[in-house]
Amino acid sequence: MKLYLMEIARIGGALLMALYAILSFVTLCYRTEKKRMWIYVTQAILMAFIQFALFLQMIVKTGDMTYLFFFAFQAIIILATIVMHRLIYPDGNLLIVNNMCLLLMISMAVLTRLSGNQAIRQFIIVVASIIVALCVPALIHHFRKLPDLQWVYAIAGLIPLLVVLILGSAINGSNINYSIGGLTFQPSEFVKIIFVFYVAAALARTDDFLSIVAPSLIAALYVAILVLSRDLGAGLIFYVAFLLMLYIARDRIIWLFLGTGMGAAACVAAYRMFPHVRNRVAAFLDPWSAIEGAGYQVAQSLFGISLGGPFGLGLYGGKPEAIPFVGKDFIFSAISEELGMVFSISLLAVCLSTGLMILTISGRIRDPFYRLLTAGFGVIYLFQVFLTVGGGTKFIPLTGVTLPLVSYGGSSVLSTILMFGILQGVMLIRADEHRDAVERLMNDREAYERVRRERQKRQTERSAREEVLREVVMDAADTVKDMIHEKEE
Amino acid sequence: MKKRSREPDNRRRIRFPNPIQVIGGIFAALFLSMSVYLCHYAYTNRQVMMSNSYNTRQKILVEQNVRGDILSRDGTILAHSATGADGKEIREYPFANLFSHVIGFATKGKSGVEALENYYLLRSDISLSEKARYTDEEQKYPGDVVTTSLDIGLQQTAYKALAAYRGAIVATDVRTGEILAMVSKPDFDPNEIDQIWGDLVAAGEGDSRLVNRVTQGIYPPGSTFKIITALEYIRENPTTYRNFRFRCGGHFTHDGETIHCFHGESHGDVDFYKAFQKSCNSSFANIGVSLDHAAFAATLKELRFGEEMPLELPYTKSRAAIDVNTADGDVMQLSIGQGTTAMTPMHLNMITQAIANGGVMLAPRIILSVDSADGKNIRQSDVQEIGRVMSGEEAQILTEMMTLVVNGGTGKRLEGLAYQAAGKTGSAEFNSQQKTESHAWFTGFAPAEDPRIAVTVIVEEAGGGGEYAVPMAKRMFDAFFGL
Repeated sequence: MKLYLMEIARIGGALLMALYAILSFVTLCYRTEKKRMWIYVTQAILMAFIQFALFLQMIVKTGDMTYLFFFAFQAIIILATIVMHRLIYPDGNLLIVNNMCLLLMISMAVLTRLSGNQAIRQFIIVVASIIVALCVPALIHHFRKLPDLQWVYAIAGLIPLLVVLILGSAINGSNINYSIGGLTFQPSEFVKIIFVFYVAAALARTDDFLSIVAPSLIAALYVAILVLSRDLGAGLIFYVAFLLMLYIARDRIIWLFLGTGMGAAACVAAYRMFPHVRNRVAAFLDPWSAIEGAGYQVAQSLFGISLGGPFGLGLYGGKPEAIPFVGKDFIFSAISEELGMVFSISLLAVCLSTGLMILTISGRIRDPFYRLLTAGFGVIYLFQVFLTVGGGTKFIPLTGVTLPLVSYGGSSVLSTILMFGILQGVMLIRADEHRDAVERLMNDREAYERVRRERQKRQTERSAREEVLREVVMDAADTVKDMIHEKEE
Repeated sequence: MKKRSREPDNRRRIRFPNPIQVIGGIFAALFLSMSVYLCHYAYTNRQVMMSNSYNTRQKILVEQNVRGDILSRDGTILAHSATGADGKEIREYPFANLFSHVIGFATKGKSGVEALENYYLLRSDISLSEKARYTDEEQKYPGDVVTTSLDIGLQQTAYKALAAYRGAIVATDVRTGEILAMVSKPDFDPNEIDQIWGDLVAAGEGDSRLVNRVTQGIYPPGSTFKIITALEYIRENPTTYRNFRFRCGGHFTHDGETIHCFHGESHGDVDFYKAFQKSCNSSFANIGVSLDHAAFAATLKELRFGEEMPLELPYTKSRAAIDVNTADGDVMQLSIGQGTTAMTPMHLNMITQAIANGGVMLAPRIILSVDSADGKNIRQSDVQEIGRVMSGEEAQILTEMMTLVVNGGTGKRLEGLAYQAAGKTGSAEFNSQQKTESHAWFTGFAPAEDPRIAVTVIVEEAGGGGEYAVPMAKRMFDAFFGL
């Protein structure tokens, strides 16, 4: 009986997760939240079942019924988060909220299994972050001066980094955090957000060549400070974020190639300069001969993933604790080991769909600042997921960054939830743009007809850059069409 | 006018997709390839990783499953795990010393089949309902069962034949590459491995008791190597090799280097066949200096000297080297399997098997199948061709020559039996200071007209191959043919 329950929870959980991931991609096929609503509802139901499957595994394996209490508590928090978002911000994007809740939920279950104390600590931070993040969209929506504050961002981001550089305590060979009153902060997690604000503000308004110079220098300064603090993972994320945002802002593929070339040169320089970079590259190329040193984590991670197989060993069935720092840098490996590859790759797909949804939103905002801001967040999110998962699976060298929302770590989870809150705020701004456009088209039938024609033409022809800027008008035309239909009926 | 209005349209169509689509596409591709890589890597390396000594996760399987049984080809248990009175698992080997190297042991780092199939022996692939039954009875699941190709009768014959000598015997099925018997001496009792481990390691260099001499023991092949020298000579002189004549006076001197025939015997006037039959060192040293170095090197490479071997068990690479700069003296040594030339018995057996099989070499296999304890097939091993290492004609000529060795040559103790054997003896001198000491070799197959079994024997420091190794091979053939 126990065995059957365990099998159902293991395989069922993984398959439901795969279904959830597929639905996440289906949402990308629809243009409006209204049309996506059935998916969101299905996802919420799936989420409940997935979470139940995870807790069932823990209860069956340990025989400890108190896990039911955790389960109920978390389920309530998640349901409340989704409902609150829907009620307070009907114009927000629910896929991002759903995925955020799913990832947090998985994180809680896996952290509970890894370390009860850590899980409770993390849970408190998560709840607090969600509450704070609920206010963020309203703030973003309200303060419309945000696009003009580029120098404020530039300085606000630099100060904490400099403080870390000067006072920072060394952990894992990198000076990346400092403590205030017993709480350890990792400033680079928050500076990341400010940095995206800065780059968006700096690149959004002007379009001449000189306007690239100042942001490039400031970005180089940020990266240099991070490298000096030996936080190379964060340095890389900042660099890639800047590069891709520049490419989006200027739409010249040359920036992408040029930047990639420079980045590669910088990586080679880092390889020459830092022994711990060389160690990590060696451990990536052959973790087996470096298994007593730098390759140990990756080797243990691969052992776990390999033994886990497609459906995993079940929570408490494996030995993820054999991987040092499993909760922070190797949470993906722990998930693969105990919940299986179907589950973990579905999780990766959920992360990808979240990132692609953010990029999609970005493409449909008219205001260049908010458009760039959103794209920057999407890029940072995707790149960070890529770095951590790729590092733990020997796809790329290990950089030691966290898996957003899933890894243990207060700064990481708070900053990611805040980032998603800001995105919801941007959704509100987009909704305003949409309403303005609808109003204009309603009052100007001639313009409406013109846009309709263009809209139809665009369905057969691939879009070009200037049309992206008119996405809002296109969508507005759709809405107007629907409204006319309703009236006629 | 028409043309101008068209231009921007064309330019638009070939425009790059917008940056957001490009970036989304790049990330989607990265994530996809990462997932594929992850699955592929974890799956293809699962066995190696499971056997890595740093992998503490073996314990998970050990706690969950009883280590699986290892069976002989007729299903007799060769290794089995029983639960002792104290609840601790004990690995039992009913045949004790008989299979010591090939089956190996499961503690102290594992060896033999125990190491080779560790992954499956640790796992249990019984059905869910069976698992539920075991769970209800509060028992561990039985591990997967490994069936080997070993034949208990042949193994016993080989074991008894070698008696107190150091050495090795290996027998394979010519048509399938299945290993029927694999004995290495000195041996040990795997049941007592924990108690005797200290002594075995301390003895270390001395008698190399833990070394499986069949695959890891490396010996000068002596006259058995003449098979290869002969093959090369036939290749280089396909129409004229029969015209070879040599007057043997017991030694051959060339370029300041002298090669003696075994025990200084002088063979008189010999042709190619007789030189092989009587194992005339002087003739073969003479043949050797006539060979094309580059062509010989290519033949050796093709026969896998100095190359990786398609073997499942740990092995040592054989070595036989020649290049354009090799001095004639060294070539003479090479031609009679002396000097720096060295081979494992398994490798010599593979070449013998290839000759018997019409020139096609097969990978030796020790595992026939892996099944779950409730009978579900997990893995099946099939005949695995390595490739053609000589033409059918060349194999035919070598078979004729090896038949002559048995019929009136150095292997005459196999003459006039119910089956016609073919083979080559060797008496490999292993210490240049004391020329009298030699390893006794024999490699051959039977029946010569329709080969079924290939046997290779080495007896360390015994003397001539004809007197010591051939009788042991005879006992193997007799046992195989039920005589």
